[in-house]
Parts: sequence; C-alpha cells; structure tokens
Amino acid sequence: MKSIFRAMTLAVVVSALLLVVGAGSLATAGQRAKVTISVAALRPGSSDEAQKQFNDNVALFEKQHPNIDVKAVDYAWDGATFAAQLAAGRLPSVFTVPFTDARTLGEHRQVADLTAAVKKWPYYKKFQKTIIAEATTGKGRIIGVPYAAYAQALHYNRQLFRQAGLNPNKPPTTWAQLRKDAKQIARRTGQAGYAQMGLNDNTAGWILTTVAYTLGGRMEAGRGTAATATLNNKYTVQALQLLKQMRWTDNSMGSTYDYTWPTINQAFAAGKIGMFINGSDIYTFLVQAANLDPKIYGIAPIPVAKNKTAGVLGGGSIAVVRPDTKGAKLDAAMKWIDFFYMEKLVKKTAALRDTRILVANKQPVGVPAFPIFNKKQFDLANSWIKPYVNVPLSQMNPFLKGIFKQNLYPEPGASTQSLYHALDPVVQAVFTDKNANISSLLAQANDVAQKAIREGK
Amino acid sequence: MDAVSAAAREVAVEHGNLAARPRWRDRLSPVQWVRSGGLAALLFALPMLLIFTAFSWYPIVRLVVLSFEHTNLVDPPTWAGLDNFREVIHDPLFATAVKNTAYFAGLALLFGYPIPLVMAVLISESRRFRGLYSALAYLPVVIPPVVGVLLWKYVFYEPSSVGLFNTILGWVHLGPYGWLQSPGTAMPALVVEATWANAGTTVIIYLAALLVVDRDLYDAASVDGAGLWRKIWHVTLPQLRGVLLVTLMLQIIATAQVFLEPYLFTSGGPANSTLTVLLLVYQYAFGNSVGVGFGQAAALSLMLAAFLAVFALVFLRATRSWSTT
Repeated sequence: MKSIFRAMTLAVVVSALLLVVGAGSLATAGQRAKVTISVAALRPGSSDEAQKQFNDNVALFEKQHPNIDVKAVDYAWDGATFAAQLAAGRLPSVFTVPFTDARTLGEHRQVADLTAAVKKWPYYKKFQKTIIAEATTGKGRIIGVPYAAYAQALHYNRQLFRQAGLNPNKPPTTWAQLRKDAKQIARRTGQAGYAQMGLNDNTAGWILTTVAYTLGGRMEAGRGTAATATLNNKYTVQALQLLKQMRWTDNSMGSTYDYTWPTINQAFAAGKIGMFINGSDIYTFLVQAANLDPKIYGIAPIPVAKNKTAGVLGGGSIAVVRPDTKGAKLDAAMKWIDFFYMEKLVKKTAALRDTRILVANKQPVGVPAFPIFNKKQFDLANSWIKPYVNVPLSQMNPFLKGIFKQNLYPEPGASTQSLYHALDPVVQAVFTDKNANISSLLAQANDVAQKAIREGK
Repeated sequence: MDAVSAAAREVAVEHGNLAARPRWRDRLSPVQWVRSGGLAALLFALPMLLIFTAFSWYPIVRLVVLSFEHTNLVDPPTWAGLDNFREVIHDPLFATAVKNTAYFAGLALLFGYPIPLVMAVLISESRRFRGLYSALAYLPVVIPPVVGVLLWKYVFYEPSSVGLFNTILGWVHLGPYGWLQSPGTAMPALVVEATWANAGTTVIIYLAALLVVDRDLYDAASVDGAGLWRKIWHVTLPQLRGVLLVTLMLQIIATAQVFLEPYLFTSGGPANSTLTVLLLVYQYAFGNSVGVGFGQAAALSLMLAAFLAVFALVFLRATRSWSTT
C-alpha cells in the first residue's frame, strides 16, 4: 500500500513538474510567437488628426492581438520606385496599390499570393466578381484584397459655378454642356473652367482614357500579352478633338497644362479650377492634405454619351503583402488587412468602431465610394454609419443619384501604366500645339503601347 | 622626379635594364617594410579603397553586368546578350532624347559658356565691391538645386499672368506665356535656369585664373594703345585658354548628363520636347512599377558613358596644341 502511495505521489509530482515545464515552454513559445509587421499608414504630410485616427486603430488592433506588434510607416504608392524599394526590402509588410498596377505586379510575383488566406474569410464569396478580378492573376491566384473602389467623377467648384451664373445643383450632364459651362466659368471668373491632368507621368493618358470611355471607346482588345492596342479608335480621336476645342477654341482650360494627381487636387482646393476629373473618393485627400473648404465642393457623374459601350472608368485600391512575408507574419498581415480595411465593410461593430474613431479625429465620414461587395451589403454598411456622416452629402447628391445608373468599366487590363504612358505625349501635344496631328500622334502611341503589351511591360 | 627622368626610367624598365629598377624595394624585409611606414600607408589608404570599391567601382561593374541582363531586381536575372542595347537603339524615343540633349548642350554652350567669362572679366575689372560681386555671382550655386528649380517654376515661369516674367511682360501688354508648356520655349527656359544655377562656379574658376595673368601684359597693351576689348581679346583670352578649354569640356560633359531640370520642370514634356538621355534612362528604370527596364537603363547609361569618354579623349587630343596645361 505504502509503495502504491509512493508511486502515486511520484506520478503526481512528475506530472505536476511536467505541467509546470510544459506551461513554461508554452508561455515561452507564446512570447516567441510575437510577431512584428510593418504596415502602410498615411501619406506623408497628412494632418495630425488623421495620424491620430490611424494610431488609434493600431492601438486597438494591438490590444485585440497582443502577439502582434504593428509598426506604422508613412506610405504613398509610387510606381516609379516600387521595384527598387521591393528589391531593397524597404516596403512595409502590408501596403496598398491601385487597381491599375495590382495584376501586373501579381503576374511578376512582386506581391504575395494570398489565395488560401482570402478564401478562408467568411465574406470571400460576397466580393463583386469584377472587383475581386482586379486582384486575380491570369492563373487565378488572388494577390491582394480590394478594399476601396471608385468611379471616375466630375469634381466641381460650387462657388465658381455661382460666380459664373451657373446653378451649382445642376452640373453638366453632357459633354456639350460641360464645354459651355467651362467657357462661361473661364470668361466670368478668370479661372480655368475645366482642367485636366497633363503630366508625362501616366496621369495624362489615364484621364484621356477616362474621357474616351465616356464616349464609348476602349484602349485594348483581348488579354495579357496577346491583347491588341486600340488607342487610335474614333472615340479617342473624338475625346482629343474635344480637349483641343476647349483648349484652343474656347480658351477655357486656364494656363496650366501639366497638372498631375496632387497638383490638380491642390489647385482645385485653392479655387483655381471650375471642373476636373478624378476618382470619386478624393474628398478625403482634398480635406486632409489640400485644405479644401467643404462649402465649395461638388461632385457629379462624368457625362456619358448615349451609346452601348459608353461608360465610366473605375478604379480602386488593393491591400497587398510583400512577397517575402511568410508563416506567422503572413497571418498577422492578413489579420491587419481584415481589421483595418475589410471588417468595417461587413461587420456593424467594426463599422461603428472605425467611424467613431474617424469622427473623434474630425475625419470625413461618408465619402462617395463604390461597392466592393454586393450592392445589398454596400447599402447595409452605409446605413450603419448614416448618423455619423459628416461630408456635405447634399452637395454630393448629383453623383450619388447618378452614378449607379452608369455602366462602370475596369481599366485596360494589359500593361496598363505603359499604355497610359504612351498616351501622355499625345495629350501634351494637343494642349501645347494648336496644329497637333491627332491621327498621327495616336498611331505612334498605339505602336508604343502594342510593343509594351507584347513584352509584358 | 621630373617628367623626363620618369620617362627615361620607364624606357629602361621596358628594355630590361635592371640597374634602372628601384632595387631598394627588393631589399626590404616585411618587418622593415612595416617599420618604414609601408603598413601605416596601406592602413591610411584602406578606408578610401574600401569606400571607392563599395560605392564607385562595384556599382560600375554591376552596371556593366546589368546591361547584359534581363532583370526586375526581384527574380533571378537572365542573360540578355546585346538585347538591351538593340532595344534602346530601336526605341523611337532614343533619337528624340539624343536630339534634345544635343539641343540643350548647344543652347547651354551658346548662352551658358560666355556669360560666366564676361561676368568674371567684369568683376575682375571692377575697382570696388569685387568681393560682393563675386559673392552675388556665386549665390545661386549655394541655393539647393531643387529649391532653385521650384523657385523658377512657380515664381518666374508660372504660366498665368501672376508669374514674374508674365507680370513684367504684361506691363508692355505681352503674354502671358506658358514658358514650360510650349515645345518651342520649354528647352530654352530650362537652359536659362541651368545657366543661372551653375554659372557661379565657373565665374569663381575664371576669377582665380585671372589672378595669375601677369598685370605687366595689360600695362604693355595699354602702352600700345589697346582699349578694354582689345586687352580682353589679345591678353585675357589667350592667357585663360587652358582654363577655357577645360571648362568647355566639363560643360559639354555636364550638359550631356542633364537630368534635374527636365525631370523637375517638365518630366520630359510637353510631348517629349525636353526628354533628355538621362531622363530616358530614368524612365526605363523607374517608368514601370514592375521594374523590367533596368537592363535597358544600364545599357543606355553605358552608351552615354562610352560616348563621353571617347569625346573627352578626342577633345583633349584635338586641343592639345592650344592648351597651356
């Protein structure tokens, strides 16, 4: 009996020891499992309130995931330095890229393959097919998570409309009317009635493509390196003729023809531009980084011609992960994407949490966007945050009412940036040379774009 | 050691004349070499050698290798042979870039080359405030180049009527002109800013050279009845010809590599009218987010470097008889 007791005591002691050691090792393993990820934060130069809003989100995430340390890094997408930054290991673990570049980067394996992780998410099947396609390679691999979509829109200055004797609640709905309004604004206010990005950094080609889409044109046919460049179609010619008339006949485009993305936004916020085209989601940038007075802001759908192929060019942003991110780091990166970009679109608690942080830091809530998931989910998510909306919704009514009646089309799929770049000098020639030969310029641009497509650049 | 004896020793060594060889080196044991300061000299030179290897010679070798590769910097590179060079030569923008660079260099030579000389001569002739004039001439060089370009872009060349140049022209009912937004005026506008930004250094070089011109030559010219312009033509310029030739070569080399002005002012526009060779290199390397043009960028850089090396050699040979150095 005594020996049995001894044996049992020994067994209990050994088990207890094992438990203590095991728990200790588990604790050590837990500590070891702590991972640090770097994540893209705001553009450099964003306001203190915006920074605080971002930091609040990081703090909350770290509280929810004690094993993950998040290091926020100022970030703005820059295609020019992307490859060099990637090669030098200077990109954060999670960062964002525009729709324009995502697939090309995926095809070149310059972002991580997230297929398995994304498919595990409960809301994976709710993605709009056209939207998730923007983050899917030709071989069906998902290389990013689309989290924001926009339609190209017409932004206008309500104050200049009023000064020009135009009704700011009735922005133009046809290109002919837009041209007339631009002329009137230029004549009566001395500011540019209509301005357009025109720098040789792909933005000139991007906006020309947008205008050509609204008239019914397309820049490519087919997919991948087998696609055919169709830059010199009749709609692109028509778009360029329209710009030529506004620039040279109406003299309604002001004196600056080399705007790019930030500079045109800043000029608009400074009251120098009556109307211009950009993504429907730029209100946040205008307020955060360009000091826009919300009272002057108006947004409307871009006029679309009445033919079957005419529509609006779409775009958006995709959260991606650095290609060398693996294992626990990849898991942590996916958790951050889910927390920071996606949850608010599908979970009421997350949507309210995010919105309250935005409101507390005086950030815009309710900026016009386009559905990532189905329209039902989009409307539901909007209803959750309705009480907190602080953007001037009444001034955005023309866009909100009109955009869902328009057809939204994705950007050209193959060698998108190279295609836009081929169009840059054509736009510049039209803006700076009264006698520019549009057909000849477009034929040259088409050859350049076709070469880039063939070479997969 | 003078040049003649050095040449004689080289000849002697080539002909196996052992007596002419520096035999003392053979007699030193390692310990003696260390004691005589050999190791210390090597250690002093080592940081420079390492820094040059890491930041100068290695990148040059890497560039040469890169020009023969297809690479996006992420995937393993593959051998491309002469493909990158062929692609560059067949690119329609290559001819445009070469033409524009030559145009920039020509304009810079026309305006930028004589202006510092005239300024230096005028400053050296002035009896008072010479130091102040020199400082004022050098001031633009002190301003950071990016700040200088932005100053000119948004203050002087602003295309609306509030731009400084357009305001002045507005007083005589001219303009406003889009200086940087017309293919005809964009490149001259870049040259004007580049001249303003860089003339100061050349002025200082000329002023230093003018100090060593023998004043007796001017006095003799005065006695012979020469006026200011004849003195400049017959005394100053011949005395400065060595410096003038060097600055001419350096200016041509610098303008062939112009990048900052077209990049910051116009990004090569409008309609590629200010696209230069170096800007094309930049576009190959960084114009595409997938970075597949690094090989072509390296190839074009190499072509430019080779051209400039050949140019420098030809220039030095052709001007050898005029040079004073």
